[in-house]
Amino acid sequence: MLEIIFISTLNGVLYGMLLFLMASGLTVIFSMMGVLNFAHASFYMLGAFFGFEISRYVGYWPGLLLAPPAVGLIGMAVERYGLRRVHRHGHVAELLFTFGLTFVIQELVEMIWGKLPVNYAVPRLLDFSAFTVFSTTYPAFKLFGLLISVAIFAALFLILRRSRVGLIVQASLTHPEMVGMLGHNVDRIFMLVFGVGAGLAAVAGVIAGPALVTQSNMAALLGPILFVVVVVGGLGSLAGAFAASLLIGLLQTFAVASNASLASLFGQVGGLAGSGSSLADIWNVTVAQVAPILPYLLLVLVLIFRPRGLMGTRDT
Amino acid sequence: MSDTRPVPLMVRVRASGQRRVAAHGVWIGAIVMLAVLPYVFSSRLSLTTLCLMGIMVIFALSYNMLLGQTGLLSFGHAVFFGMGGFFAVHAMNAVEAWGVPLPLVVIPIAGGAAGLLFGLVFGAIITRRSGTAFAMITLGVAELVSSGALILRTFFGGEAGISTDRTALVHPFGISFGPQFQLYYLVAGWCLLSVGGMYALTRTPFGRMCNAVRDNPERVLFIGYDTQRVRFIAFSLSGLFAGIAGALVAIDFELMSSSQLGVEQSGTVILATFIGGVGEFAGPIIGAVLVTYLQVTLRDLTDAWQLYFGLLFIFMVMFAPDGIAGALARQRPVLQAGQLHRVAPYYVAASLPALVAVVGLSMVIEMADQLTVHAADGPRMMFCYVPVSADAPLAWAVAGLLLAGGTWVFLRAAQRAKDAYDEALSTAHPRRVLP
Amino acid sequence: MSGARPATALELCGLRKRFGALEIIRGVDLAVPTGERHAVIGPNGAGKSTLFHLISGRIRPSTGLVRLRGEDVTGMAPQLINRRGLSRSFQVTNIFPHLSVWENVRCATLWATGYRYCFWRNVERLADARQRTEEILDQINLLDRARMQAGLLTYAEQRALDIGLTIAGNADLLLLDEPTAGMSHAETERAVALIRRVSEGRTLLMIEHDMGVVFDLADRISVLVYGQVIASDTPERVKADDAVQRAYLGTEVP
Repeated sequence: MLEIIFISTLNGVLYGMLLFLMASGLTVIFSMMGVLNFAHASFYMLGAFFGFEISRYVGYWPGLLLAPPAVGLIGMAVERYGLRRVHRHGHVAELLFTFGLTFVIQELVEMIWGKLPVNYAVPRLLDFSAFTVFSTTYPAFKLFGLLISVAIFAALFLILRRSRVGLIVQASLTHPEMVGMLGHNVDRIFMLVFGVGAGLAAVAGVIAGPALVTQSNMAALLGPILFVVVVVGGLGSLAGAFAASLLIGLLQTFAVASNASLASLFGQVGGLAGSGSSLADIWNVTVAQVAPILPYLLLVLVLIFRPRGLMGTRDT
Repeated sequence: MSDTRPVPLMVRVRASGQRRVAAHGVWIGAIVMLAVLPYVFSSRLSLTTLCLMGIMVIFALSYNMLLGQTGLLSFGHAVFFGMGGFFAVHAMNAVEAWGVPLPLVVIPIAGGAAGLLFGLVFGAIITRRSGTAFAMITLGVAELVSSGALILRTFFGGEAGISTDRTALVHPFGISFGPQFQLYYLVAGWCLLSVGGMYALTRTPFGRMCNAVRDNPERVLFIGYDTQRVRFIAFSLSGLFAGIAGALVAIDFELMSSSQLGVEQSGTVILATFIGGVGEFAGPIIGAVLVTYLQVTLRDLTDAWQLYFGLLFIFMVMFAPDGIAGALARQRPVLQAGQLHRVAPYYVAASLPALVAVVGLSMVIEMADQLTVHAADGPRMMFCYVPVSADAPLAWAVAGLLLAGGTWVFLRAAQRAKDAYDEALSTAHPRRVLP
Repeated sequence: MSGARPATALELCGLRKRFGALEIIRGVDLAVPTGERHAVIGPNGAGKSTLFHLISGRIRPSTGLVRLRGEDVTGMAPQLINRRGLSRSFQVTNIFPHLSVWENVRCATLWATGYRYCFWRNVERLADARQRTEEILDQINLLDRARMQAGLLTYAEQRALDIGLTIAGNADLLLLDEPTAGMSHAETERAVALIRRVSEGRTLLMIEHDMGVVFDLADRISVLVYGQVIASDTPERVKADDAVQRAYLGTEVP
């Protein structure tokens, strides 16, 4: 029991970190540019597949180094040639543009790599178990993923707080027009931020690819959860996104590990066991089966009781 | 959220006596056309396509009640479509099981009722937010419902879905609705009813306030209206009509599965509505007909038909966000000023390089498809009845040239066409300076 | 509306508003008698628009009371206050740009004519709404622009339309926020005539910077400086007040 809790906590934190790698970029892009990038999870997927493709020829580590910048460049191009042009048509058009982009990227990935999962292998260097807790081993690669995420966040935090670029980005977060009037090239900052956001999502992909799965439906599965994270955390709040990422990461991981159901807790009631009714379905479903929809249930609850999200600042 | 419509110069002249006759004429013409259509397009495939078009028209118009009329972008509209369908199949199965003498024609009411019910239930929570948050929440709710559907296997039938038999209900006047020909008239009748209903809604005080909410949600509060209440009612009513569409699709295919509740189905209706044009009432009708037609024909021609759709969608968002209907509406002042003959040549001149670019793009996609998805079949393929080898550098060079060259010429021709349009407008209204 | 009109249309008691550590409105007491034309003047940043937001329900006061015809409406939602007879215009023109001028005004009449969220009647057939819309358009002189898209009107025409939206609902307390801002001399004269017309028989509370307009129209003036009313009196006495001169008007060159 204790080992399940420990392992699940580690896994949940890792999942939460991956979510935050993506949600942070998404939140900054939204705060600065007012557009919620629907295609953010697609960048995550591209990162995984680019990393996979590179790893087929030269191994995992070049993939980790090259895939995120490549995806970042794609992100910058998307902003420069696509989003910027659509910006004048309003927020609806921007959202729809990124929505269409998701679609196109998914089709392209499916065309090139197929619909089945690809074997994105854990690098030999890290293919051992880091430690053994009670009787369960914990893979070193996942630990590596955790460390990398934390390292990236520390670096980002430093850059944001200490560097000139970081200061400008912070200012643009709340007053983009003013920053523009101070003589900074806000367009270029937007492009940079979009590219860095995409790159971060790609890093999450390069980590998640071997750790979880690399498949063409990655974006479609993770995308909606990502948006739940930002809405629950409060649109525009980085701290909220962090809290929500961890919350949802832990929630889903613990749920998947649990075989409890209403039936297992309260026993079979009356003729509910095989009665083939919707009530029976709900009674007998296990928490693990419900795990995929837990984030959305959380979303509905938050909406009812705290519509602004955990730490919401912006409404739009 | 700001609106993506263009700014037409003059709004439509109010219906004078003459125009009122013309307006009625449109409806009468529509009825006649719908009645005659299956005799013109009588093959099995055509009838199936026509039925699908009719269903999509209702679905897309119901979606535009949210987007074009009230300014609400939803990614979960298929929830009402799907729930309508599921309630319809269960209703049909129940009617059959209990031998109730209820004819098939009233089954869509069950779908509409289900759509309305879920619109009210979800709307009460979802319409508390607006804009981007609203869009994300509809996405979350859509995922919730479609994932939940896999858990509630009894009602939603799991992966296999729930099937039914539309001929198993009573046959009034000996009509079983088994043949596609008879089904067409059922769909056409409900389509006419729904379109009429949704059109009538736009001309009510409520419909007008929806437009006001879209334009300026804050000002609405200061003229006495609760913005959220307006959105809530719009959300619920749009669910009603989406439910009717869902019921019809259930009747048509005699099968309903949880995939029809999900984000993909919602994406299709967004596509159809947007391509048709969100700013005009008839826009979604055009979009639904076109997208259904493309879906049916493209599916046979190429594997990558979904990719084409995605690219078309992105293209329209970037260059023609007011859709086909919007582009047509922008020609109205030119038409009224009698200047159409001046701009038409420029339009033709711009569409030729566009066509070339599309051919080039299509070549690229099809060759890439041959090399990736059909790698096992080798590189030989047919492109527009021309044999091509997908790995030949020459073929790629040609495709690239067509695409790049066509695009380059098109961009220039499009700019010339735009200039011609502006000029035509300013000669028509010399004193009004265009914004 | 019930028979006898109460003597005081609007009463503000100890109204305060703070945003974080910054207090914008620092204790405002004001009483506007029914039928009065009352102007609120003061330097930029004094909190005049914020005051209007507090009265009309756009933001909630930190403490204090707002009484509309004796009824406590503090912190009520804007549409509820509007339905009780208070209507306002905005400093930045706030109309429905994609609707026609006619549609703009008609929407503003729909609640007062009782149609609420009606979705079963054709709006074109509603004779009382149409009549009221025509009347308002006539008053604001935009009848010949009725079919034009509101976003295409000139600036002054849009300001007039904003006033039209404010009076269309038959409110008896009007809040006009800088109605003549950005207008030329001729346009201002027309606007003043319009305001005089539409405030006939109603109570008017107006924010203005143009002193000519203020002294022309107002029965009484309140001067708001740094969130406090430093003077509230007839125009002549306010003009002569030392504190007002120091804070806002400036002393005359002898």
